[in-house]
Amino acid sequence: MGIEVVVEGLTKSFGRRTVWRDVTLSLPPGEVSVMLGPSGTGKTVFLKTLIGLLKPDRGSVMIEGVDTAHCSERQLYQVRKRFGVLFQDGALFGSMNLFDNIAFPLREHTKKTEADIRSIVGEKMEMVGLTGEERKVPGEISGGMRKRAGLARALVLDPQIILCDEPDSGLDPVRTAYLSQLLIDLNAQIDATILIVTHNIQVARTVPDNMGMLFRGDLVMFGPREVLLTSEMPAVAQFLDGRRIGPIGMSEEKDQATIAMEQAHMDAGHHDGGAGADQRVVVPQLEPTPGMPVRQAVQRRKDRVMSILHTLPPGAQQAILASMNSGDRDRYRMHSAPVEPASPTAAGPGPTGPTGPESVIKQTRPMRPPWPPAAPPAEPGSGGQG
Amino acid sequence: MTAQEPVVPGLGVKRQKEKPPRQPVPGLGALRQTGALFALSASVIRLTFKRPFQTRELIEQFWFIASVTILPSALVSIPFGAVIALQLGSLTQQLGAESFTGAASVLAVVQQASPLIVALLIAGAGGAAICADIGARTIREEMDAMRVMGVSPIQRLIVPRVLATMMVALLLNGLVSVVGVLGGYFFNVFLQHGTPGAYLSSFSALAQLPDLYIGEIKALIFGFIAGVIAAHRGLNPKPGPKGVGEAVNQAVVITFLLLFFVNLVLTGIYLQLVPPKGA
Repeated sequence: MGIEVVVEGLTKSFGRRTVWRDVTLSLPPGEVSVMLGPSGTGKTVFLKTLIGLLKPDRGSVMIEGVDTAHCSERQLYQVRKRFGVLFQDGALFGSMNLFDNIAFPLREHTKKTEADIRSIVGEKMEMVGLTGEERKVPGEISGGMRKRAGLARALVLDPQIILCDEPDSGLDPVRTAYLSQLLIDLNAQIDATILIVTHNIQVARTVPDNMGMLFRGDLVMFGPREVLLTSEMPAVAQFLDGRRIGPIGMSEEKDQATIAMEQAHMDAGHHDGGAGADQRVVVPQLEPTPGMPVRQAVQRRKDRVMSILHTLPPGAQQAILASMNSGDRDRYRMHSAPVEPASPTAAGPGPTGPTGPESVIKQTRPMRPPWPPAAPPAEPGSGGQG
Repeated sequence: MTAQEPVVPGLGVKRQKEKPPRQPVPGLGALRQTGALFALSASVIRLTFKRPFQTRELIEQFWFIASVTILPSALVSIPFGAVIALQLGSLTQQLGAESFTGAASVLAVVQQASPLIVALLIAGAGGAAICADIGARTIREEMDAMRVMGVSPIQRLIVPRVLATMMVALLLNGLVSVVGVLGGYFFNVFLQHGTPGAYLSSFSALAQLPDLYIGEIKALIFGFIAGVIAAHRGLNPKPGPKGVGEAVNQAVVITFLLLFFVNLVLTGIYLQLVPPKGA
């Protein structure tokens, strides 16, 4: 089973520029998580901090009792053997052909015979659709192929934690869909903890169990996918819709004048660049290809989510309850289906704690009011003042 | 800035008070780099004895560095030996000590010229190639990828390169000494009409074996320094291809400066410790 990654109070700055501060989250073991965020919000930096390539200013990253932010070099190298990391550009070794690249971890860390190595590498290359390209060097293949080869190399040691840095960039939508499916199948097969860093909305909607979003130096949210997908938070909603109207601007800061101008343009009928219809719907999650083992993470996640259900915003609760089948309802002792959303009795075996939006994302900053600010009714799901 | 401070409620991000910029202490950057360089040297020495040893990489690198340095050093050392022979030949003629031309030129070539030629070639050809290679890999995140796979790039890539540079420097020094002495002999005997017998017999009159040893020790140390500096600059380039170019440039310049200085120190120590023959 995958390993849990617990991040606490992580803060990182380069010189005087703070990349993000007080990031606290935990990647549940064996589940797939996605970290969203506009370009330049330090998603890659976050990923590199998790594996100890960059040292944070404050905070800790606990993996199996080892704090990768502060441990010794030797411990770090030991922990990293459990990781499979896909870099943005694949980071293949330019001097080796694809076969040697993918065989590299095996040759360094195992005493397998050349025949074993050949069969393992062949299997992984087939998995990512690169059979027959073994003798090519990274310089003569396309970016998408490099990416897939990088993924094959990340998988070759059967890692327990897989980190993917923008697996979709440079891939066409079809290949991205295949890759998403591949990650889910992989999770079903080896039950690894997966973290995907991306800004691809399609991947974010269909792949993960959990989602988080980095924006303006903060982890604005992290939780079950339904929470983000139904979120009323301006930045999250704008991002998932892919429109210009909202707090996210072209540059890091968006000033009042730009906001007013964009609003005026939109009122005058100019298209805001978004998908149009309300995007806050929870699309079904990808399932493993038929024939693959069942994803054990699904049941674990259901138990976990049900135990914190009462702390989630009403929209997310509704979406979670709507996605349940009759078996689930029996399991969680909910006989009257469909259940009243947000009713405390719907909560599963978990403890009854304080209900309200604050506790769901208590690890992060409180949510901010809805967007645009002039909109009259403050949603109950986003009460806390920022 | 104040005008652009977010006023919208949804944007009410409280920025932490920026700390006032710390006044940079002059020379601190250079000290830091020096410290990092020494740290890298220590790691290289430590990891040299750590298993598994990268024999294959060592052989490949040895061959590569040898192939880029052998021909240039041979070609440089012929005129170098000739210049020394001609200069000394005319000088000894003026002083009336023609019989010592051979000894003097051999001493000059073996003790000074040959380690310096090796230094120039190792830094300029070998070091530059190593630095460019490592630098290009660093900016393409190959080093990060290697660390993430639990493999230390220093052990896997740097140690074999430094060892290969040292070995090549050692052997190159022998080659340059031989070619330089032969060149000197040729020019002295055939162009300045010196006597072959006097040239050869004065060899052993003034020159002694420790002269060769110190030349080889110098070459070995030069090889280590050139390798470590090339690796250090290659592992820490500024981002982008331009950064790699600058790193190569810095590596060559820093190596030159350091090697000439170290040569001075080693020569001084040698002259103090080993008495000249016949003294």
